[in-house]
Amino acid sequence: MSKQTQVYDKEIVFAGLAVFLIIVTFPFWYNLVLGKAASAPVPELTKEAKAAKTCVLPAAEMKSEHMRILDVWRHSVVRQVKRVYTTPDGRDFEMSLTNSCLECHYNKTEFCDKCHTYASVDPYCWDCHIDNPKEIK
Amino acid sequence: MLEIALQGSKKYYGWIGALAAVILVGFAFYLYQFTFGLGVTGMSRDVSWGFYIAQFTFLVGVAAGGVMLVLPYYLHNYKAFGKITILGEFLAVSAISMCLMFIIADLGQPMRALNVILYPTPGSMLFWDMIVLNGYLLLNIVIGWKVLEAERSGSKPPSWIKPLIYLSIPWAFGIHTVTAYLYCGLPGRGFWLTAILAPRFLASAFASGPAFLILLTFILRKTTKFDPGKEAIQTLSKIITYALIANLFFFACEVFVALYSNIPEHIDHLKYLFFGLHGHGVLVPWMWTAMILMVLAAILLLNPAIRKNETMLAFTCLILFIGTWIDKGLGMISGGFVPSPLHHVNEYVPTIPELIITVGIYAAGFLVLTILYKIVIGVKKEVAA
Amino acid sequence: MENSRRNFLKVAGVAALGVGVKPAVNVLSAAGGGETPAAKVAKHENALTAKKWAMVIDTRKFESEGDLDKIIEACHSIHNVPDFSEIDTPERVKRHEIKWIWKEEYKHAFPGNENEYLNDRLKYLPFLVLCNHCEDPPCVRACPTQATFKREEDGIVLMDFHRCIGCRFCMAACPYGSRSFNFRDPKPGIEKQNLDFPTRMKGVVEKCNFCAERLAVGKKPKCVEASNGAIAFGDLDDPNSEVRELLRENFTIRRKLSLGTGPVVYYIV
Repeated sequence: MSKQTQVYDKEIVFAGLAVFLIIVTFPFWYNLVLGKAASAPVPELTKEAKAAKTCVLPAAEMKSEHMRILDVWRHSVVRQVKRVYTTPDGRDFEMSLTNSCLECHYNKTEFCDKCHTYASVDPYCWDCHIDNPKEIK
Repeated sequence: MLEIALQGSKKYYGWIGALAAVILVGFAFYLYQFTFGLGVTGMSRDVSWGFYIAQFTFLVGVAAGGVMLVLPYYLHNYKAFGKITILGEFLAVSAISMCLMFIIADLGQPMRALNVILYPTPGSMLFWDMIVLNGYLLLNIVIGWKVLEAERSGSKPPSWIKPLIYLSIPWAFGIHTVTAYLYCGLPGRGFWLTAILAPRFLASAFASGPAFLILLTFILRKTTKFDPGKEAIQTLSKIITYALIANLFFFACEVFVALYSNIPEHIDHLKYLFFGLHGHGVLVPWMWTAMILMVLAAILLLNPAIRKNETMLAFTCLILFIGTWIDKGLGMISGGFVPSPLHHVNEYVPTIPELIITVGIYAAGFLVLTILYKIVIGVKKEVAA
Repeated sequence: MENSRRNFLKVAGVAALGVGVKPAVNVLSAAGGGETPAAKVAKHENALTAKKWAMVIDTRKFESEGDLDKIIEACHSIHNVPDFSEIDTPERVKRHEIKWIWKEEYKHAFPGNENEYLNDRLKYLPFLVLCNHCEDPPCVRACPTQATFKREEDGIVLMDFHRCIGCRFCMAACPYGSRSFNFRDPKPGIEKQNLDFPTRMKGVVEKCNFCAERLAVGKKPKCVEASNGAIAFGDLDDPNSEVRELLRENFTIRRKLSLGTGPVVYYIV
């Protein structure tokens, strides 16, 4: 194989690279100069959720682990016979997104979607699980 | 070496542009399918696989056909294939890329395709198909590229490439065998439930793949002055002759077993394909055309004078290719689904969006093929100069 | 907080004992092992259980097609099975049709056993057909992701709609035509959604689940409930069960036995 060390059309190549770099880094320096940090959304609790004081697990844990808990629930309900979840402090819950989670958190737009939109995650739960049972009832 | 593919005539770029345009149209229709669902195709509850899976099956054959060059060249040191073996390998790369695209196009939930790896299931033939197809793709890319690179620099290919080449030979048989196993292990599908399906797939593959390759070399000779060599073409045409006759023989065995045993589950599919069943028979003219083309091709190929006449040979390869395509790309899949296991006759006809997506995938495959062949021809020219 | 995190993860560990839970959960669960009580998953106390669920359909007890239609309607409505006949062309409605339990004439339910001079009742009254929840299901063998699987506890063949990639290998494998594919989003075809059961999304396969969701809360399958005693349901492994009694006392047939799939839906004719 022939080895080439000469760079042809230096000006065009480097100008192109510069333009590329500017475009790629645009969001960073735009934010530095003109942007202001968007505030992280706070999910709104319904009065039922507030009254309950604690969810299946403490709030901090729910924040970081709810997706994994739902995954465990899903696996247990869909693939095994077990459908009841007993919390460490002894409370029982039916493992159902529509009928347990949304029972309290029926304000999906303010509770679920707000953060999901902010974090740019798009869970497909709602494709099949009715997203607002109270509304349909 | 990729830079070779960037330097070309206006015609070359025109061809690339045309392919790109077709790909774009196909992709637009794919987006439509992606949004609405597979309901935009002609598939149904009864015929749950259609044109996509049929093309996939046919193209696995074209890919496997490349081994008919690799095997004589590397195992028997048959020098005449030296110039075109790389064409066989790169044809395989292009064909397998199309296979993978057809599988993705056929999935109801393509975003979850990786579940096949996340939840590996060795009991499923589709799991093995995923492994053998991707393996064969990788083998042919690595082998083809390394050998070509060595040819360009006038050196020997690295020594580790030899075992890979030897591995690629049984692997080629493997891809089409596993693809046949997708079908022939299903209870209640009498048309596919036959031990001869894998051999028949291979025979048809070893006829259609090399026939397509002969056509490609003729096109290359016209457009680039690349000369495959007379002997190579003649030997290939003999290979095709044997393979085609084997294919027809296996089919005859199939027909005999079905007809003589007279078991409805086996015979009804053949009846549907060749004579129509309960007044349904969209495939009847196609199937007879396929049979006539394949038999005619066999008769022509058996004649040495016709094989030696390159115009006649090209014509024969063309009708052979069309015949095997109809046989496998139209009849094999639909025929297995009609009549249904409950003995309903619900026919399948592809829809326009389905056909456009199919053409788009073929264009993508040809784009891969054009670029790879462009590199091959470029390197050969460089070396000759 | 660290403790309860471990508790949750222990549950994940329990779940991981089942087949094919995500490897990531496995890794996390290895870090578990706290001393405080952990979260648990369990069956409902009143859940109906069996070693091997089976069904016996007494075709003699059906008087008209209306009896059958009622059962089909009951099943399809609680499972959110769509009907597109109001919103699409007849030809497409037929192609995209989804059914869990439906009517077939004798010659289609039992192809190969056709009889030209059939008993009048069988000639005019179709059979109810559904997933046979085979003992050795070809669909499970074919599935490349274990999205369809046979539940160890009770032998029901189930679908995990979350995992299905929509390759439709299971449909090709099923010799009973029991599986349907969502060729489009089903929701426009569902008149009134049942909140106790999810709908499906486009691109996944579905079929009868022997009402696993009802068994879990102590109810028999809907078709059994809607059949006025024509359909019996019970444990095939329990010699005292209703189905075993019916099988002892009546001559029964099953569909396509020669294929070795071992269907557990029996018919009394």
